[in-house]
Amino acid sequence: MSAQPINIKTAGQPRTWIKVSALEDIPKLGARVVKSAHGDIAVFRNAEDEVFALRDQCPHKGGPLSQGIVFGKTVACPLHNWQIGLADGQAVAPDVGCTGRFEAKIEDGGVYLQL
Amino acid sequence: MQKMKLVMVGNGMAGVRTLEELIKISPDLYDITVFGAEPNANYNRILLSPVLAGEMTIKDIMLNDVDWYAQNNIKLHLNKKIVRIDRAGRKVIAEDGTTEEYDRLLLATGSNPFILPVQGKELDGVLTYRDIGDTDAMIAAAAKYKHAVVIGGGLLGLEAANGLKLRGMDVTVVHIMPWLMDRQLDKTASQMLQKSLEAKGLKFLLQKQTSEIVGAPTTEGGMRVKAVRFDDGTEIPADLVCMAVGIRPNDDLARQSGIHCNRGIVVNDTMQTFDPRIYAVGECASHRGIAYGLVAPLFDMAKVCANHLGHMGIGRYQGSVTSTKLKVTGIDLFSAGDFSGGDGTEEIVMHDAVGGVYKRIVIKDEHILGAVLYGDTVDGSWYFQMLREKQNIGEIRDHLMFGPTQVNRGHLGNTGHQGQSNAASMPDTMEVCGCNGVCKGTIVKAIKEKGLFSLDDVRKHTKASSSCGSCTGLVEQILASTVGGAYTPQANLTKPMCGCTEHTHEETRKVIREQHLLTIPQVMHFMEWKTPNGCASCRPALNYYLLSTWPHEAKDDPQSRFINERAHANIQKDGTYSVVPRMFGGVTNSSELRRIADVVDKYQIPTVKVTGGQRIDLLGVKKEDLPRVWADLAMPSGHAYAKALRTVKTCVGSEWCRFGVQDSTQMGIDMEKAFWKMYAPHKVKMAVSGCPRNCAESGIKDIGVIGVDSGWEIYVAGNGGIKTEVAQFLCKVKTSEEVIEYSSAFIQLYREEARYLDRTVHWVARVGLDYVRQRVIDDAENRKALFERLQYALQGEKDPWVERTQGMEKHEFEVLSA
Repeated sequence: MSAQPINIKTAGQPRTWIKVSALEDIPKLGARVVKSAHGDIAVFRNAEDEVFALRDQCPHKGGPLSQGIVFGKTVACPLHNWQIGLADGQAVAPDVGCTGRFEAKIEDGGVYLQL
Repeated sequence: MQKMKLVMVGNGMAGVRTLEELIKISPDLYDITVFGAEPNANYNRILLSPVLAGEMTIKDIMLNDVDWYAQNNIKLHLNKKIVRIDRAGRKVIAEDGTTEEYDRLLLATGSNPFILPVQGKELDGVLTYRDIGDTDAMIAAAAKYKHAVVIGGGLLGLEAANGLKLRGMDVTVVHIMPWLMDRQLDKTASQMLQKSLEAKGLKFLLQKQTSEIVGAPTTEGGMRVKAVRFDDGTEIPADLVCMAVGIRPNDDLARQSGIHCNRGIVVNDTMQTFDPRIYAVGECASHRGIAYGLVAPLFDMAKVCANHLGHMGIGRYQGSVTSTKLKVTGIDLFSAGDFSGGDGTEEIVMHDAVGGVYKRIVIKDEHILGAVLYGDTVDGSWYFQMLREKQNIGEIRDHLMFGPTQVNRGHLGNTGHQGQSNAASMPDTMEVCGCNGVCKGTIVKAIKEKGLFSLDDVRKHTKASSSCGSCTGLVEQILASTVGGAYTPQANLTKPMCGCTEHTHEETRKVIREQHLLTIPQVMHFMEWKTPNGCASCRPALNYYLLSTWPHEAKDDPQSRFINERAHANIQKDGTYSVVPRMFGGVTNSSELRRIADVVDKYQIPTVKVTGGQRIDLLGVKKEDLPRVWADLAMPSGHAYAKALRTVKTCVGSEWCRFGVQDSTQMGIDMEKAFWKMYAPHKVKMAVSGCPRNCAESGIKDIGVIGVDSGWEIYVAGNGGIKTEVAQFLCKVKTSEEVIEYSSAFIQLYREEARYLDRTVHWVARVGLDYVRQRVIDDAENRKALFERLQYALQGEKDPWVERTQGMEKHEFEVLSA
């Protein structure tokens, strides 16, 4: 279920870690949008300073998840309040749906995505 | 880590519900073992009556089948009765010798039917009415025999009698009191009930005491009941006797094990018995001296108990107010609270003997004390809610009898999409929730298939009533009619803010004020929030409560605001934003309009629309462009995105209008300038009209002002939204300064006391306009104090657009790239 979305432009190319931001530039319990060849990616930071990256589209009606309220390891979509798990991109039951996720990590205060 | 062992004795609704709640919050804490004396998994005992009546089958009433236990890794022992608890060795021992050890023990042994101590009580054909076994025995007897006698004219007895009658038996109900259901009904309602049951063919013997059950030898060699004899010497023939004279908490096991019992296993507010390792829930428990026999309180207990078993340690069960509904098809009956009358009580009674409708509401000190409804019970849940919430009904008293649809303000949320208000008569295809397009059939299906019992569950699974909430009452009715007595609406007064806490909005506000808490983490720590950083529902509420209680001290937390208030623009369905600049009083000029036109061209804004609030909306703005759009507009924020003052709508007034008697435009500008940077529990809309023709539509605003020859009339708590609510007259004042002062005081009281997301109409409906008048009109000192507190709160407040054009929260409007 954690399959990354396939993009025609980048399909087949090896994925590499790319620095997108400094950790401090993403607000705690907040998110930033990263424009990429894979489309818009929402990069989240939770209260424990973990980072997560999801395709910036809610599986429900495509709402920008980056704009939602972050709590625990969940984000509430700003359009209709669907709750999406940050770690797996899965909608919290009883809603059903899944949004693509990307590997994210922190190194030396920098936030990296595997793209 | 090794898991702890939880053993549950009893496999009924209360116990299993506790396990469900526990698994929800702490799925991995315990290895769970369940002992059930019956051969069946968990079923809905309340619906045995429809089974007996042939309207449902056992399959329809199963709540958890054996697969459910397997899926949740619960070890299930059916048909095994626990006979001993070894408290020192922490073991339970079953009749057949099966032994299980426990770290925590949950007793959910339910109740036993009370058996009259009369001769012949052990004869064949003498039954109680308690479980599937009894129900099956009655169904079998009905096929073979003719005369049935039901002893006990209470809820259970009448349901049994009705079922047996439908199965073709000749049924007589014997009751010792002068009228049926004497604990739930007054005499009048009871007599109406008796009449309609007699019309169904049931017979009644009232004020009759059973002295003996007479038996006769059967061909198989046993002794079977033949007749029932009374203490006046008379007797009636009987082939089947059903004793339904009440239930007794089943505390035998606990008592024999030395746990303190007193007509039930005595528990504290956390459902813990006197042995701290042992908990008890359901009909076997005695809480504050009461053992409940209805299902709704049991669910409340289950929730609290699970919370403590799950090491959350914060819930408290504080007792329940219960209501009664009789499940006999074709008979509508509802009762709740204390309707015995007496000193200091008043009654409102409506009685149509021919039409078969009776309603009696007992009132004391402007509060509902009890209600009995017969024939038309649609409004039962409404009365019950006001009873539980102790709502003051002084102002709606005139219309109280005619239900919420006649009380045109006071209770939002009782009709469906098309104004439907009677769930039972609705076809399955009819739409209930207009926002989410949910039909009645979908809701009923979800309730049955997923085993839902609460409004929140239904909202989560079907989305019905989860958006605007105007169909909430109807959804509650559908729940009530689908699950029977197992549903009790949750009283708002005791309803927690959200799943993250057990505390209500009111408690939270109080603690913030009294403890001088200034940040969200402080509140969550002090009030023992269950989640590390709340949720999308409680965090915005807490942020507002902190800011409104401690202005200039508490710091705003943008991450706890909904995106619109973080971006200071309205998010649209495609992820773009809309921008509405403020035009005080709806007045603009050529240079503002020119700047707007230039901005539209420069940023290629696709749609420009005049709003309903006399301003201009620029739709489809990219988020990254917002700060530059604001800078180029050089107009104040319209707060069209915020829980704050939106517009003050005005008519032109006396400056131009030949009818105008007051300068409404200037008044509107003054009001808008006084309130425009103010955050509130929800959006606030105002209007000022220059004469009673009321062209600014002041009658449907949170504050509506109407100019009259001698001054201004102020109306409050109107609403033009989901359900139109006409504003109520607050007072009349002479000068425009007074308009500002009185409206400030009203709005500040609302800011300080309403729940987050309450519009003024909801808040005033709850506290009553009288209360608002006392605080704002009658008490001049308090009015001044409120006015000054609002002034203080707004002091130095900046325009958020200006701040952001100067670089504040810059990251919000910048995208990164990879």
